Amino acid sequence: MAFLIIVVAIVAWVVFAYNRLVSLRNQVDNSWRQIDVQLKRRHDLIPNLIEAVKGYMQFERDTLTQIVEARAKAVSAPDQASRMAAESQITAGLSRLMAVMENYPQLKADENVLKLQEELTTTENQIAFARQAYNDVVLDLNTRIQSFPTNLIASNFGFKAAEYFKGAPEEQAVPKVDLSMTTPHA
Amino acid sequence: MASSNFRSLEAANRRETAVLVGAFMLLFGALGLGLDIAARDIAIIDGHLIGFPVLTIAALVFAGMQSIVSYYSGASLVLLSVHARPLTPDTAKHQMVLDVINEMALAARMPAPKPYIIDDPSPNAFATGRDPAHSVICVTQGLVDQMDREELQGVIGHEMSHVADYDIRTMMMIAVMVGGIAMISDFVYRWMFWGGFGARGRSSSDRDNQAAALITVAVIVLAAVAPIFSQLLAMAVSRQREYLADASSVEFTRNPRALLRALEHIARIESPLKQGTNGTAHLFIVNPREGVREDDEGFFDNLFSTHPPLGRRIARLQALLGAAGAAKLDAQSGADTSVRG
Repeated sequence: MAFLIIVVAIVAWVVFAYNRLVSLRNQVDNSWRQIDVQLKRRHDLIPNLIEAVKGYMQFERDTLTQIVEARAKAVSAPDQASRMAAESQITAGLSRLMAVMENYPQLKADENVLKLQEELTTTENQIAFARQAYNDVVLDLNTRIQSFPTNLIASNFGFKAAEYFKGAPEEQAVPKVDLSMTTPHA
Repeated sequence: MASSNFRSLEAANRRETAVLVGAFMLLFGALGLGLDIAARDIAIIDGHLIGFPVLTIAALVFAGMQSIVSYYSGASLVLLSVHARPLTPDTAKHQMVLDVINEMALAARMPAPKPYIIDDPSPNAFATGRDPAHSVICVTQGLVDQMDREELQGVIGHEMSHVADYDIRTMMMIAVMVGGIAMISDFVYRWMFWGGFGARGRSSSDRDNQAAALITVAVIVLAAVAPIFSQLLAMAVSRQREYLADASSVEFTRNPRALLRALEHIARIESPLKQGTNGTAHLFIVNPREGVREDDEGFFDNLFSTHPPLGRRIARLQALLGAAGAAKLDAQSGADTSVRG
């Protein structure tokens, strides 16, 4: 009888631990999709943004082309790693653009630009928060996969630790703004 | 780690809501039974129950109906009572609020709550609803006008944490129950005033009369105490949640400055909310009632406050921000906080 109870308890625990792992793995997938949605939204936003500001900002050609090129690279990237590298180039380029935009008072009077700017800000924030949420779930999943005794189940059923979303080095650095480029021009 | 924390808070809130509904039913049942006995609808004569406890059943049905209605449409009732309307992206600043709500929902890994707005110049906000999928975040026009993006993030992050840990359910049920208890208490007094306690002559002995009189007194006392008690409960339950929501807001934004700046900003403003009634005060991020800014820390102040003193909440956030950052902020707005805190 006691033996039976122990067996039932162990089976119940295995089922519970397995389901918990599945739920966490799905949360990781879902959180990743949230990042993806925002990255796509940013891709759609870039052409409109460039179109709206390029008339005002002839002197920032480099920044603008860099963003457009990085976007093209991200869209046609053959694998995840090169795609993420291109995405972080976009992030760096856009934050440089946002900083430089401060120097063009005409932009602040353009309602369309302001609208796009808010949309860009919230997209960047949502990417950051989605990434933060993703890393939180990855931490949950990895902790569970690595700690005893759940690790026995994880290794038997092929649960693998997920990878954290790390920002590229250039993304974490403060964007450099070349001030010589931004002298006001009428 | 963070999510398991929210899960245990969610479980606690589910339990608390169930206990609250149970206590609410019990209180109504007791009042109804007391009225039945006082009105001589029923009596116990020689150990037998005589009569039909019509008021007890009516009170229980009323309490049950109210619990069900408030669970499913409490959020709408609350929104109606503060004259809120759906928030649409009609201005740039409104669009920003909608965006910030989406951002914080992502940070909290929750579905985005429905946005609402109150046309009131006093900066304030609250969240309500029965669960995250049916949740609502409501801001005042004053909050929208006076806060910048960072401050808005802090405030919405605070509300989002109430959503994530199911505080909204407990607080919503309390809001409607406080109203219900006030109503029944009022009813008991009116009914007595109109002579509801007239003897209907079922009882036979003096002893029964005495017992009925005693129960009448008990009903009166219960009806008088219940509203005060329910208010106290609402306040106690709400106070302890505010620190927690402040801390979770920082966890979502990863930026203690955001909420700190928002609370300091609110502390500088002396305009009470017009729509903040006693029944809904505990829902808001800061107490909306006139003259109750809650910076005093006496025992009775604490007992009758829905929120911890603003100064203390600010001090806790400053501790989170670290000494260096706090010193920098103090240089900008230190005069105000030292007066308030």
